Amino acid sequence: MNHRLRWRKFVSNFMLTMTGVCAVVSVLVLFFILGYLLFNGGTSINFKFFTKLPKPVGETGGGMANAIVGSGKVLLLASLIGVPIGFFGGVYLAEFSGKGMASVVRYAADLLNGVPSIVVGIFAYSVAVLPFKHFSAFAGSFALGVMMIPITLRSTEEFLKGVPRMLREGAMALGASKWKTIVTVIVPAAYRGIVTAILLALARVAGETAPLLFTSFGNRFWSQGWSEPTATLPVVIYTYAVAPYEDWHRQAWAAGLVLLGLILVINILARTILSRGIAVPRS
Amino acid sequence: MQASAKPEFSVNITTNITTPAARETAAALPMRMTISKVNFYYGTKQILFDINMGIADKRVTALIGPSGCGKSTLLRILNRMHETVSTSRLEGEILLDGQNILAQDVTLLRRRIGMVFQRPNPFPKSIFDNIAYGPKINGFKGSLADLVEKSLRHAALWEEVKDHLHKSAYELSGGQQQRLCIARALAVEPEVLLMDEPCSALDPISTAKIEELMVELKNLTTIAIVTHNMQQAARVSDFTAFVLTGQLIEFNPTPQLFTTPADPRTEAYITGRFG
Amino acid sequence: MKGAGPTAGSRSLFSRMRDGDEIARLMTLIFAATVVLITAAVVWKLWINSALPRHKFGLHFFFTETWDPITEDFGALPFIYGTIVTSAVSLFIAIPLGIGAAIFLAELAPPRISDTLQFFIDLLAAVPSVIYGLLGIFIIVPLVRDVIYPVLNGSLGFLPIFKGPSYGVGFITAGIVMAIMVIPYIISVSREVLLSVPRDQREAALALGSTRWESTWQVVVPFARTGIMGSIFLALARALGETMAVTMVVGNTPKIAASLFAPGYSIAAVIANEFTEATGDLYLQALIELGLVLFLLTFIINGLARILIIVTTQKGSGVTQ
Repeated sequence: MNHRLRWRKFVSNFMLTMTGVCAVVSVLVLFFILGYLLFNGGTSINFKFFTKLPKPVGETGGGMANAIVGSGKVLLLASLIGVPIGFFGGVYLAEFSGKGMASVVRYAADLLNGVPSIVVGIFAYSVAVLPFKHFSAFAGSFALGVMMIPITLRSTEEFLKGVPRMLREGAMALGASKWKTIVTVIVPAAYRGIVTAILLALARVAGETAPLLFTSFGNRFWSQGWSEPTATLPVVIYTYAVAPYEDWHRQAWAAGLVLLGLILVINILARTILSRGIAVPRS
Repeated sequence: MQASAKPEFSVNITTNITTPAARETAAALPMRMTISKVNFYYGTKQILFDINMGIADKRVTALIGPSGCGKSTLLRILNRMHETVSTSRLEGEILLDGQNILAQDVTLLRRRIGMVFQRPNPFPKSIFDNIAYGPKINGFKGSLADLVEKSLRHAALWEEVKDHLHKSAYELSGGQQQRLCIARALAVEPEVLLMDEPCSALDPISTAKIEELMVELKNLTTIAIVTHNMQQAARVSDFTAFVLTGQLIEFNPTPQLFTTPADPRTEAYITGRFG
Repeated sequence: MKGAGPTAGSRSLFSRMRDGDEIARLMTLIFAATVVLITAAVVWKLWINSALPRHKFGLHFFFTETWDPITEDFGALPFIYGTIVTSAVSLFIAIPLGIGAAIFLAELAPPRISDTLQFFIDLLAAVPSVIYGLLGIFIIVPLVRDVIYPVLNGSLGFLPIFKGPSYGVGFITAGIVMAIMVIPYIISVSREVLLSVPRDQREAALALGSTRWESTWQVVVPFARTGIMGSIFLALARALGETMAVTMVVGNTPKIAASLFAPGYSIAAVIANEFTEATGDLYLQALIELGLVLFLLTFIINGLARILIIVTTQKGSGVTQ
C-alpha cells in the first residue's frame, strides 16, 4: 500500500469517526439537559411545589401551584380555540376543497406556522389585550391556539387523506352521504393519527413563553376565570431564572424539570404510537 | 481443478466446457480473472452455488440468464461491490492476474476493475469533472485535459461534447450519459470493465452505439457484461456464461453456446421457452 | 349549523343528502377560511399597528443605531445587527456538527441505530426555548466567562471579534445556545435528504476506487447539497425567531459591537423584554415594527428553505433523464 493510499484511508477513517462523534454529541445533549435538570431540580419537587402559592419576593419556600394550574387553564382554552379550527379546516382540505382554495389555505397555514412565536404574541396582544385593556388567560390562550392551528390543520389533512380509498368507497357504495362517510368511517379511521398529532401540537405550545409575556402576563396569586392575568409555568421559569434570588433559581430548575418532563412524555408517547402506523410529519 | 497455478493465467475451466475443441480454444486464451468454487450468501440465503469460470483477457464475456438468476450478483462480486451490503458473505477464490482479489486492498482493486451501472449515474458535476473525478482521487499528476479527451474518445463521446465540457452532465441525453459513465470508468484505465446491463435503460439507437463501442473497447480492456438481452450477448461477446438460479449451467465460446448449446436448459432459455 | 332549506319530508332522499353535504362543506369551508383570515390579520395588524414609527422614521429606522425611549428616537440597527450576528455564530457551530451527524446517520449507521438516534434528535427539538435559556444562564454563561473567553481572548485577542472584556453574556453565548437549539433541524432534514440520494451515486464513486469518505463527501453530499442548504435556511428561520433563550443570555444591550463577547440584543429579545414596559404609543409601535421586520425576514427565509428542500427530494427520486 503506497503512502497516498494510506493517507486517504486514514482521512476516510478519521472523518467518518468524526461524523459519529457529531451524532453522539448531539444526542448526548438531550441526556445532559435531562440530567442537569434532574440534578438541580429533582430535590425541589415535592408536595409543596405543586400545592403552594409563591411567597413574597425575597422569601424562600413557596410553590408554583398557580402557575401549574394557570398553564393548564391556558392550554385547555388554547386547544378549544385552535383544534376545532385546525381540525375542520383540515377536513375541508381533505374532503371538500378544490385545488385553488386548497393551495391558498395550505399556504396560509404554512405561513402561520413560520411566524415567530413572539410575533404571534404581538398579534394576540393587539386582538385580545388592547381592546380590553388588560392581560388575561384568554389572550394567552388565543396566542397559543393560533399557534396550534397550522399543525393541527396539516396533520388532519394528511391523516384523512391517508385513509384507504377502499374504506371510503365502501361506505359510499352503501349509500352514505359524504359527510356521513366522513363522520362514521374516515375520521374514526384517521382518529389515532390526528389525536397524536394534536398532542404533539399541544406539547409544542405548552413550552412557549414568548407569546405569553404580554398576553397572559403573570400573576403571583390565583387567577379567577379566564379574564385575569394568569401565571404560567414557562413564564415563571423565565422570571425566576433571570431574578437574583437563589431560592427562585432552585424553583426554576424544578419547574423546568416538570415542564420538560411533561413535554417529553407526551412527545415520546405520541411518536411511538404514530410510528406504529404512519410517518410523523416533521416540524 | 487448479486454482492459482500457471503464470500465464490460463486455467482449466472445469466441468462446464464440454467439447474438447471448445476446451482447447478456452485453454489457449489467457484468463484475466478466474473464479473458483465461489459460493455467495446474503445472510443465510445462498445466491450463488459453486461458480467456476474465467474472464478472458481482452475479450467480452457475457453473463446471461433469466431475471433474478444471480448474474448481476456474480458480476458485482468481481469488484467486491457486494461488500456494501453488510450481510453478504463470499466463499471461494477470485483471482485477478493470479492474485486473490479478496486479499488486496479494496480501494486499489476497484481502480483496476471498473464498473458501469444499469442506469446512467453521472455525478452532479460537469462533464469534465465527472471524468476527472477518478484520476484525481487516485493522484493523477499529468494533464487532466488530455486524459479527459482520451477517455471521451474511447467512449465515442468526444465529438458530441468537446465544446461543452463544463456543462452539467445532466444536460446530456440518456445514451450520452451512459457513454459518459463509460468514459468515466475508462479514465482510471481499468484492467477489467464490468458492465451491468448497461443498455437496459436506453433507446435502441443508443444501445447500438454502445454495442459498437464494446467491440472496440475490447482492445483496451477486458469486458464482462451482464445482459438480459440474448441477441445482444450473441452480437458482442466472445464467451457467454448461462446462469440459472445461482448456478453456472454452461460457459462456452459464444458462437458455440448459441448454436449448439451443451446443456438442455441453455437451449430452453435461448430458444425462449422460459425466462 | 342550522339546517337551512325546505322541510325534509317534501324532498327526495338524494337532495337531502346533498344538502347535508353542502352544509358540511360550508361549515368546514368557514373554518378553513378562518385560517386564511387569521394569517392575513396577523400581517395586517402588524402593519397598521406600526404606523407611527413608519411614518416618523421611514427607512431611517433601519439605519439608526440609537434606541432611546426617553427622546423617543428609535432605530432598528442594533437589533438587526444582533440578530444577524447571533444567527451567524449559531450557524457557524451548528452547520458542521449538524451535517456531520446527518452524514453519520444517513451513510454509516445501520437503519435501526439511525432511527433511534433520530428519535432522540426529534426529542431535542421539542425542548422549549426557556429551558435552553435556563441552561444557558447557569451553564453556558459561566462556560464562556471562565473557559472560552480566556482561551479565545488569550490566544486570539488581537482579532476584533475576540477583543474586550467578557461578562459571560453576549453575542457568542446567545450564538452557542442557539446552535444547540438549531442543530436538530439541520440533522433531521439533511439526513432525509441524504437518504434520498440514489444508491448508485455512491456505488459509482466506490467503483472508481474512492474511499468511503471520498464517495460520501465528493459525491453523495454534493448531490444533496440543495436540500442541505434548505435545512440550513430552515435552521436560520428558527434561529431568527428565537426569543427566550436569547434574551436570557445575550446581555440585552442595544449596542453594536465588533467583539463577540460584548453584550448585545436581538429583535425578538428586545420585544420580549421591553414590550410590557413600553411607555407611549411610539415606543410600543416601534417594537411592533420590529416584529414586522422579523416576520418578513422569517417569511423570506422559510420560503427559500421550502423551495430548496422540495427541489432536492424531487431530484433524488427523479432522474437522470
